Amino acid sequence: MTDHEHSNLHPDDPDTTGHSWDGIQEFNNPLPRWWLWCFYATIVWGIVYTVMYPAWPMISGATPGVLGYSTRAEVAEEIDRFDALNADLRTQITEVELASVNREDTPELYNYSIQAGASTFATWCSQCHGRGAAGVQASGYPNLLDDDWLWGGTVEEIHDTIAHGIRNEDDPDARWSEMTAFDDILTDEEIGQVVNYVLDISDQEADATLASAGETVFLDNCAACHGDEGMGDRVLGAPNLTDRIWLYGGTPEAIEETVRHSRFGVMPSWSGRLSEADIRATAIYVHGLGGGE
Amino acid sequence: MGILDSHKKIETNATLLLALSFLVVTVGGIVEIAPLFYLENTIEDVEGMRPYSPLELAGREIYIREGCYVCHSQMIRPMRDEVERYGHYSLAAESQYDHPFQWGSKRTGPDLARVGGRYSDGWHYDHLVDPQAVVPESIMPSYAFLADVDLDGARIGDLMATHAFVGVPYTEEMIENARFDFVQQATDFGDTGVVDRYPGAQQRDFDGNPDVTEMDALIAYLQMLGTLVDFSTFTPEESR
Repeated sequence: MTDHEHSNLHPDDPDTTGHSWDGIQEFNNPLPRWWLWCFYATIVWGIVYTVMYPAWPMISGATPGVLGYSTRAEVAEEIDRFDALNADLRTQITEVELASVNREDTPELYNYSIQAGASTFATWCSQCHGRGAAGVQASGYPNLLDDDWLWGGTVEEIHDTIAHGIRNEDDPDARWSEMTAFDDILTDEEIGQVVNYVLDISDQEADATLASAGETVFLDNCAACHGDEGMGDRVLGAPNLTDRIWLYGGTPEAIEETVRHSRFGVMPSWSGRLSEADIRATAIYVHGLGGGE
Repeated sequence: MGILDSHKKIETNATLLLALSFLVVTVGGIVEIAPLFYLENTIEDVEGMRPYSPLELAGREIYIREGCYVCHSQMIRPMRDEVERYGHYSLAAESQYDHPFQWGSKRTGPDLARVGGRYSDGWHYDHLVDPQAVVPESIMPSYAFLADVDLDGARIGDLMATHAFVGVPYTEEMIENARFDFVQQATDFGDTGVVDRYPGAQQRDFDGNPDVTEMDALIAYLQMLGTLVDFSTFTPEESR
């Protein structure tokens, strides 16, 4: 039996909401003051925020807000701020002769270049040349730690390679050469001979008969770029074939693949993506990795 | 009883509560969404943007099919660290022909909004076949099978017509030549009509296999990402 009349309310209790469900009633407690004031404060905050910052959509654009805040301005400002911190060094490095930067004479510039170059290298170069700049063995991504250079290892030559890249279509100044694919030019027999000749001059195990026959094939077809001695030619990016440092592998199979179908390693041009100061710093960094000339 | 006390009427009348809730949500939605369709500065005009070429569009479909977006975003945020790492921050206009867009901030792999031209085709091929071969610390899976799947572009015109239906400005000429352009873009020294129709399109055999494969399409797409707008001619309007 429900009894609406008999309530056990204490005289000090607040009023009820007036609802009664199966005799269960509900106090009409006011919201806690602190909560209510926080609630009102959020409303005020919301209004103030839309006045201060870009918010309300109008006919042709949103209200700019009285603070004039802009994400784009903010990021531009932050980049400028960091550029300004190193502005001196960055200007110096774009003006100085690269070869004159070294640890003894220009320690500050040298240190900056190594740090900036390392960070640029990690971001933009490491995906191909490896985190530690050792390249990827036998995959066409050169090791930058050794003293074997395809296009030259002076700091200026390294700078030129970074700035313009190799065999890319974006930069007219990119380093360019193209090895012929000899699959259709030489007979299978001649290819076998020249492969053995290359194995021979690189001091690897080779069939002596084939190798000596391969010398003629080499002189007729390969020497124009790789040189009579197979020492390569940096003007053409033609690798030295005698040093047992191989870009695509030095096994008979890999050499045959190279002879038949040639290789066409591409490096992007960085002059459109990186600032001249960053490119120069990277050149100094790479030059300083160990193999620089 | 003041006006603030009359909420009791709403609270005790379910239909009224529903109707008023709907009204509030509608107004909120309209205020937030509707201006995007008419505000002139929502998408700024930038030079160089064009619809995807047929091959790039096919590559984009593969990108979405393989779930590349699960790990890679295509949105460089306007923050110094992102701009230093990836290049100029993304503009809304650069995604204007994306259906659906590929924005995001969850990056297991790096952002790809400006990956175009950053690596050679050969690198992309090696990396898609075996990511760890070139980036040992990578956790990306292999997509070697893409090189084995030939594409004939039979449906690419239909796909472009569908995109045209939702507002991408493909012309009739583009749709008519879709299959032709599709093949020519993946061919060394192919017909240059594709470059005339899609300025800035890169045309070559992307994967070193004369057939048009899914690998060609995906690399063509990756190599164009972020390359269309010439930022040396772009002056940001700071009110955006």
